[in-house]
Amino acid sequence: MCGIAGIIHRKGAADIGSEMTAMLQSLKHRGPDSTGFAVYGVPNKNEYVMRFKVAEQEDLAKGFQIHETVRERRAEVDSRLAGLGVKIIEAKDATEYAFRYRIQYDGDMKQLADFVEDVEATEILSMGSGLELIKDLGDATVVSDQYKLKGFKGTHAIGHTRMATESDVDIRSAHPYWAYPYHDISVVHNGQLTNYWIMRRQMERKGFRFMSNCDSELLAVYLADKLDNGIQLEDAMRQSIDEIDGVFTYLVATSDSLGMAKDCMAAKPMVLFESDDLVAMASEEVAIRQIMPQEIDTFDPYDSEVRVWRS
Amino acid sequence: MAKLTRRSSHEQGLHTEQLTGRTQQRFFDFTEEENFLYPEAYDVDFNKRIEFDAAQMDNNAINLKLRELMSQGYGSIVVKNPLAKHSLGVGILQRLNLTFEGSLGYFGVGLIDGPNVRVTGRVGWSCAENMMSGTVVIEKNAGSTFGAALRGGDLVCMGDVGSRTGIDQKGGTILIGGRTGAFSGFMMQRGRMVVLGDAGKNLGDSMYDGTIYVGGKIESLGVDAVPAEMTELDRAWLTRKLTQYGLKAPNGVENMTKIVAGKQLWNYDNLEPSEKKLIL
Repeated sequence: MCGIAGIIHRKGAADIGSEMTAMLQSLKHRGPDSTGFAVYGVPNKNEYVMRFKVAEQEDLAKGFQIHETVRERRAEVDSRLAGLGVKIIEAKDATEYAFRYRIQYDGDMKQLADFVEDVEATEILSMGSGLELIKDLGDATVVSDQYKLKGFKGTHAIGHTRMATESDVDIRSAHPYWAYPYHDISVVHNGQLTNYWIMRRQMERKGFRFMSNCDSELLAVYLADKLDNGIQLEDAMRQSIDEIDGVFTYLVATSDSLGMAKDCMAAKPMVLFESDDLVAMASEEVAIRQIMPQEIDTFDPYDSEVRVWRS
Repeated sequence: MAKLTRRSSHEQGLHTEQLTGRTQQRFFDFTEEENFLYPEAYDVDFNKRIEFDAAQMDNNAINLKLRELMSQGYGSIVVKNPLAKHSLGVGILQRLNLTFEGSLGYFGVGLIDGPNVRVTGRVGWSCAENMMSGTVVIEKNAGSTFGAALRGGDLVCMGDVGSRTGIDQKGGTILIGGRTGAFSGFMMQRGRMVVLGDAGKNLGDSMYDGTIYVGGKIESLGVDAVPAEMTELDRAWLTRKLTQYGLKAPNGVENMTKIVAGKQLWNYDNLEPSEKKLIL
């Protein structure tokens, strides 16, 4: 089933960490396995935030050497970053296995991503000037508390509560997905993509990497490819409705935009609220009501509908 | 097969086609008192009114509260701040005036038989699913599968509704003040649907029977859905029904489009099991 939610403030930053936590917690019944947030803070000039993990949460319960192994992997990542000339401004431990680095780097982003992810079990969750992507096992409150998300100031965010159906219950299969190797693009999805393997092979032949067997990852990679070819976000999303089969509603966020797309059958839910100050959307209205308990006007987008809002 | 006798419902024009073959159906007879009462229905007084705030209650507690108030004889209940919670007001099998001041989530007022419900806000997916009788009026918009498998009563949405409105509708009337999404009337079997605005693609796809009236544009018709001629009876019924809920066809009922089943798929029920296998 899965639940997705998005919010974009049109007149400046707000506490999107708390807002998204409340929205996703109310969607827990749609997916209790894992929760993910892609929050967009105020960008720092010439700086990126890199979120990455060097192990799965479940790995920490395995083997006597795992804690030492995790430390070794992180040290190897640090070494490779130094080798590429990446300047680490700040390094924080979000958990024992997940980290948040503020870095300065003006080289090739794909080379950086590939070099870091070459370290065993390492995955870059996100890279961006504004984007920070957090995902882990548990409901929204658990993940938000674990990563200290409440109080995070930003302009927009998307999030996901996952009910695992066709792939594992682990961080790599959790949403959102970063659109490797492009900074500041993330995707969450509710549905099933039925031509996933065909499309995945096409993307792999183009040189894209897939970190999971979750069909939702395809959307992030697909959009990244379109954007790389100079196609505007809204046009890329419209093309996705024609080219990707299945039933789906997905949200995509960039450094200054948030978009939604619904398949041609309108088989997956989405409720929208739109005002001059704020646009909020979710699989169920009950999530929007967590941040706007007052009476509001909401509506369902129709089949094949694509919308994009800017912060 | 027992011979079907003509009943009062025929006189009201609810069933116009000649039933043949293996179709089995018992027609509702409003002269039989037991059709109106369920064994455990509460005796309520419409003049006894109460309201309560549901903001801090979960959906189970709200539904239990409704039961409790009905057992105390309250016939007019107002629920404030439902906050789009799911499955509110479901399974009410008796007469009751029920008002929700706010919006409902999924599966609102499903499986009901008898109450008159008004929702001042919006409703989520599958509102009034399997409704048997009564009236449900939504003042704002509605989500998808609005009135799925509706069997009777009037289901009204003043605003726009999502996709698959009236999917598997088996009776009753669905009235939509605005537009409706794709696949509305999908596998419709009986009843009437009125859309005053535009209708999305594949309207009436695979419908067996029933009638759909559209006031706006139809993006496309589904398989076996065909236009039909508007009769004087159609116009009179539409005028009466729309007036009842304060609705108006933007271009007048005389300019609405009537869609019915072509019934090219309809003889399926007359096939032997071995024959069904051949065409599947």
